[in-house]
Amino acid sequence: MTDDNPIEPAPPGNGELPRPVVRRRRVNASLIWLVPALAALVGLSLVINNWLQAGPQITISFQSAEGLDAGKTPVKYKNVVIGRVNKIRLSSDRSHVLVSVALEKSAAGFATRDTRFWVVRPRIGLGGVSGIDTLLSGAFIGADVGDSTEPEDEFKGLELPPAVNHGAPGRSFILHSDDLGSLDIGSPVYYRRIQVGRVASYELDKDGKGVSLHIFVDGPNDKFVTRSSRFWNASGVDVSLGANGLKVNTQSLATVLAGGVVFQDPPGPHDSTPAAEDASYKLFNDQATAMAPPDGEPHYIRMRFEQSVRGLAVDAPVEFLGINIGKVVSVRLDYDERTQRFPVLVGAVIYPQRLGAAYDKLEALARAHGENADLPQLMGRLVEHGLRAQARTGNLLTGQLYVALDFIPKTPKVAFDPAAKPLTVPTVPGSFDKLQEQMAGIVDKLAKVPFDSIGQNLDRSLAGLDRTLKQVNGQTLPAVRDTLHGVRQTMGTANEALAGDSPLQQNLGATLEQLQRMARSLRVLTDYLGGHPEALIRGRRPDAKPADATPVTAPAAVPPAQGSKP
Amino acid sequence: MNAMPRAVELGLIACTVCGQVCRTVPGDPQLDGDGVGDAMACPRCGSTLRRRKTDSYARTWALLIAAFILYIPANVLPIMRTASLNDVDDNTIISGVVELWVKGSPDLAIIVFTASIVVPMLKFLALGTLLVSSRRGSGWARVQRAKLYRLVELIGYWSMLDVFVVALLTALVRFSVLSLVEPLPGVIFFGLTVVLTMLASMSFDPRLIWDGKDTDD
Repeated sequence: MTDDNPIEPAPPGNGELPRPVVRRRRVNASLIWLVPALAALVGLSLVINNWLQAGPQITISFQSAEGLDAGKTPVKYKNVVIGRVNKIRLSSDRSHVLVSVALEKSAAGFATRDTRFWVVRPRIGLGGVSGIDTLLSGAFIGADVGDSTEPEDEFKGLELPPAVNHGAPGRSFILHSDDLGSLDIGSPVYYRRIQVGRVASYELDKDGKGVSLHIFVDGPNDKFVTRSSRFWNASGVDVSLGANGLKVNTQSLATVLAGGVVFQDPPGPHDSTPAAEDASYKLFNDQATAMAPPDGEPHYIRMRFEQSVRGLAVDAPVEFLGINIGKVVSVRLDYDERTQRFPVLVGAVIYPQRLGAAYDKLEALARAHGENADLPQLMGRLVEHGLRAQARTGNLLTGQLYVALDFIPKTPKVAFDPAAKPLTVPTVPGSFDKLQEQMAGIVDKLAKVPFDSIGQNLDRSLAGLDRTLKQVNGQTLPAVRDTLHGVRQTMGTANEALAGDSPLQQNLGATLEQLQRMARSLRVLTDYLGGHPEALIRGRRPDAKPADATPVTAPAAVPPAQGSKP
Repeated sequence: MNAMPRAVELGLIACTVCGQVCRTVPGDPQLDGDGVGDAMACPRCGSTLRRRKTDSYARTWALLIAAFILYIPANVLPIMRTASLNDVDDNTIISGVVELWVKGSPDLAIIVFTASIVVPMLKFLALGTLLVSSRRGSGWARVQRAKLYRLVELIGYWSMLDVFVVALLTALVRFSVLSLVEPLPGVIFFGLTVVLTMLASMSFDPRLIWDGKDTDD
């Protein structure tokens, strides 16, 4: 830098001050200005870096900013921070909050149309617990990016996490139901009691007459959803009392509380091609109806009952020869001016397909005859053969009625109009009603019995009887008493005669002894005669030998002449 | 002639190292010893002889401007991250002051505010004023300006308070999950600002205050 170049030596001493040594400076540039330049460079690089790293700025609207913190709350995708909330403000109408989020440069792809954002908070539901980690770390905003490349910077945040993330393997299907039941977003979908999916969303149909549920079945289990799969609602407990006893059937404890959807293929041959994405199905209320063969087109019929239908409720079954083919949908009262009576109009839907092969055969037969094979015509022919509707008691305890379509023998013919809308099926009084009629007939007959005159006659007869009895009491009974006395005396005499020490008895004993003796001599005689028959003519011979002792025993008192044939 | 003659008027120059007084060479701009383009050396000890500090105006200006430039990121960028169990908090100087104030420590807030905001700003203003007024050779309030310069030199060290706080906390608060303090880039810029302002005040030659025409005598 410096070079010693003394141009003038300093003169020492002598009171004169020395001259300084002069050096020539080579570089005279002021390097100090590099310092602010460097500082400016650093500052500039910071600004540029910041500008380069800044991603798009997006705004998400939420119902509430609960748990969100400006400057802190991160936006995460797959738990990787892709941005940060930098401002939270109310919307102009104060109905929701607007959350400004600065996305990182690398996450610019998230500022597209079908990206979804939601706040991840700890949630405890019947289906489980989620977001526990946010208890400590605070809530964050979850993100799920779609396929769209269309840029967007205004988003509507979801209030609940989406059930299905974009790009997750699996397929979604649509279920149609009358109502939502206890299902909710996130309700499980079971296949053979294994959870394979969940309810992604639901919405009312446009006409408001049903609910459409979007379910998502995770891969690879989505292949089990076939074209003929049946879906039913597994909410609650299915208790059935059958021949095998009480049976309680549930999918899982969670479904009992929170509801769920079950699907399965029907038994028997069916189409097992995997269903296409977004295929539509009907959501049945229970397994039994889900697994039943398809009902086909419902037909509305009307029946007009002349008697009370107490116990007949909407949804009561309509049975054809014991087979459930439909249900009652309406029970209304009507007034008939002509007869001045109140008939009951019962409307019902029937599913002819439930008759199965019988219906097919009837249809085929009608076609073979070249006739119209639709239901009114078929019904007309059945009515001709005596088909009638009848309200019958299904349950004796509760008095519940059901409608039976049955062939009633010897029923009077009625007019049937197959073209009528609605189709009206003739009715006959129910079995219980018939019983009532018969009872009424009996009561009628009973009423004809002349109970008054019978009573009078009876009264008179009873008076006569009273008199007779008095006579009996006054006259006959004393005579009877006397007679009895006489009888007792006779019995006493007889008793005495038969007593052991009576003379009669002793005489009898002696007589019997005599008789015994006589019988013995007779036996001796017959024995002798058996040996010596000639003795009858020649008389008894003198004893030949003393050894012959046999006759000794014979009593001599019995003369042989006295013998007689035994 | 003034009542109080200056060395330059007497044609003298002193060596600040060994105290040798020399007679200047009149007429040569290279050798006038005004601090710009000096080329004189002490005949006794060989140190460079200069009437005033070399390039005092330029250096002070440059360092002051650099310090001011760096003061912007020092305030914008967070200087400290406080992580506790459920919270991660990045604080800039101002947000730290506000937080202290809100959380019920106004005394601490005032100290930090004074040390981190007021003092650097005062330094910028004071040095700027000194530089401008001296350059114009103004005779206005010279004694007060000299006092101001001495004040600036004195308080310069205390501006490092924030840096010390961050350094201490970072070293002390290390409970891994429970609590953690980390320094962030802002504190580096703040430290650089303080260092540069100190260098700027060092490179300013207070004798420049007294140069120029005397009006007060």
